[in-house]
Amino acid sequence: MRKTSHRRALGLLLVAGLGLTAASCGSGDEDKPAAQGSGDGTAPVTITVGCQPPKSNPKERSGWDEDVAAFQKLHPNITIQSKDAFPCINPDTFQAKLAGGTQEDVFYVYYTDVQKIIKARQAADISQYIGDVKALKDIRADVQSVFKEGDKSYGLPRNNYNMGLVYNRKLFTQAGLNPDSPPKTWAEVQEAAKKIAGLGAGYTGFGEYSAGNTGGWHFAASLYARGGSMVSDDGKSAAFNSSEGKAVLENLKKMRWDDNSMGTKQLLQWEDLMRMMGSGKLGMMIGAPDVVQSVNNDFQGKFEDYGVTAVPESEGKSSLSGGDGYMFNPKATPEKIKAGLLWLEFHELTPGKGQFNYERAKAQGRPVGLPIPDLYGDSAPGKEITALRKQFATVPVDHFTPYVSAQAGITNKLEPPKAQELYAVLDVAMSAVLTRKDADIDKLLSDAEGKANKILGRAS
Amino acid sequence: MAHLTAKPPVRRSLPQGAARRAVGRNLTAYGFLCGALICFAFFSWYPMVREVVLSFQENNFVDPAKWVGFDNFRTVIEDPAFRAAWLNTAAFSGLALVVGYAIPFVLAVVLNELRHARGYLRFVVYLPVMLPPAVGVLLFKWFYDPGAGLFNQILDGFGIPPLSWLDSSSTALISLVLVSTWMNLGTGTLIYLAALQSIPGELYESAELDGAGLFRRVRHVTIPQTKLILLVMLMLQVVATMQVFIEPYLLTGGGPENATVTVAYLMYQYAFNFGDFGAGGALGLMLMVVLMVFSTIYLRVARDNEGGR
Repeated sequence: MRKTSHRRALGLLLVAGLGLTAASCGSGDEDKPAAQGSGDGTAPVTITVGCQPPKSNPKERSGWDEDVAAFQKLHPNITIQSKDAFPCINPDTFQAKLAGGTQEDVFYVYYTDVQKIIKARQAADISQYIGDVKALKDIRADVQSVFKEGDKSYGLPRNNYNMGLVYNRKLFTQAGLNPDSPPKTWAEVQEAAKKIAGLGAGYTGFGEYSAGNTGGWHFAASLYARGGSMVSDDGKSAAFNSSEGKAVLENLKKMRWDDNSMGTKQLLQWEDLMRMMGSGKLGMMIGAPDVVQSVNNDFQGKFEDYGVTAVPESEGKSSLSGGDGYMFNPKATPEKIKAGLLWLEFHELTPGKGQFNYERAKAQGRPVGLPIPDLYGDSAPGKEITALRKQFATVPVDHFTPYVSAQAGITNKLEPPKAQELYAVLDVAMSAVLTRKDADIDKLLSDAEGKANKILGRAS
Repeated sequence: MAHLTAKPPVRRSLPQGAARRAVGRNLTAYGFLCGALICFAFFSWYPMVREVVLSFQENNFVDPAKWVGFDNFRTVIEDPAFRAAWLNTAAFSGLALVVGYAIPFVLAVVLNELRHARGYLRFVVYLPVMLPPAVGVLLFKWFYDPGAGLFNQILDGFGIPPLSWLDSSSTALISLVLVSTWMNLGTGTLIYLAALQSIPGELYESAELDGAGLFRRVRHVTIPQTKLILLVMLMLQVVATMQVFIEPYLLTGGGPENATVTVAYLMYQYAFNFGDFGAGGALGLMLMVVLMVFSTIYLRVARDNEGGR
């Protein structure tokens, strides 16, 4: 009898628990504009901001928290609720957060996704408020254009770079190459890759992506550096089936099959090359200075072992730009947007403060001296940031000199429309030349062009 | 009296108190039933209904959704990878049946026949199921490495030239099938083992008295006695393998040359990489309809066979 009543109680508890869970799922009040201020500029307003460094990165996190406290002291009516995440954006949860009302008011985004988000109207139009950001006049026009569609603005940048060639200086020395004179042409890359691969089993001269849409992304990077384009000027048709596109694939095919300098394992994705670079067995890869940062922070590499130069043969041409920034929740009120812009200007755009507080970074033992972010070019804040970077440098800045000196002659070029779809199509061509010795490059490009034209021709 | 006995039975409603007592007696059962219903409703039925709705909508999760008829279906059908995804999925499912369907059954028969170390071997066979799928899959990423990978080292030991495994469009899919088979072997084996242990021992004794060897015992006793389980497992395997995702996602990223793009992988691409939940939903709905049709036909044929026996 006692047992029965226990079972009965258990049953009731189960139903009650699930009922409460169900009820709590539907009780979100995220979108209610309550307590958001009356718009007079001093009324209390609370904003959620994404990309607070995770607890696993205590130094950067404490820096962020200090900045939040300092900002709130300057603006007592604004409360920042930081949301941590690593990585800062996960495409798998982006739509779900938006649908579930848990998307931050000021959310982090990679350049690759910005135009997709704007087209899907998943970010707020901040055009009428962005004029208040004083730093705006100094931000590089090509950088700010990432967050624009026509005359309308949808966000602000946090990081900006373009693709170069990342190389392992230690392996260069081991292979009898001069690490202070990295390759300037693809012929030099081929020679260096052969020498590095010749160091023994497990050494790879040059590594390249070919799966999970990363192959297409790096195809675009190599194509831009050679002066090619992914799409026509009107963005309605593919333009990569060109002599430049063919040269990209032929170069890879030669290194993979004739020189045998790209290793046997292919279908590599982002983490694979990072791991290989960190292990010290990979000589070169296409990448920006942020690769060195990731390899140092998360893949057991050491800053001093790596260098970055411009993509070979890119003089006077273009380089695929990359970076990240912040956009605003489409449901954010004007007060939240204004508060968010104040925070971004304080934390992401002010020399000597927030992300540019290099003095603090040095004191914390964090790396300083990478030539990124490049948000301002040669304008006054840009020069100020460069000077601060030199003053507090903790990594060998001369390892990045070839990359920095080439910047004056390189134009940053944005990713194509429908980037992910096009990258998925070009993964096929990249994986074909890297896994099949008899791959027919003309046919691969022609097939990819047909598929890309269908994608670009589709109404978005 | 005869008249009374011939009267058809009348279903009388229980008195109110008796009804209350009956409900009270079964309260625990109702509680658990409600719990299960709520779980299914939240985590299975609602997502299914939502997916069907999404597949006919353009939805950015900000503005009100727009009904677009069959536009999402047209988008995915026109996708260059659509055909490859269905062919690969069907091929994966077929290869998984050839490779993975018989092995657990054979293993179960062998384990059932063993007199010693049965518990230990059962544990060993079930071990891969206890590994998180991502760990199991990534373990194979190393096994398949064309350079230092375990499989090519073994081949090398026998003087056989190395294979490209995941890096060749001719071997990539079968390589994924091997991973999937290894990861799911334990569950199938345990289910078959349970079925085998429920077969009355007298049947085997009679067969042995009639002079039947191992193979004839399996053919004439084991298979007929476990036919129902075998049929159900076949259907479940097809339904599960048609939804293959984690293996191509973690091992090949759909490559090389779309050789391992599957319907579920393409669905993921649309929903999460391309941000088009409508097209992803359309693909999901297509897969669901295909599997429902398959299951219905399969169950009907199996039932007819049972009836005609």
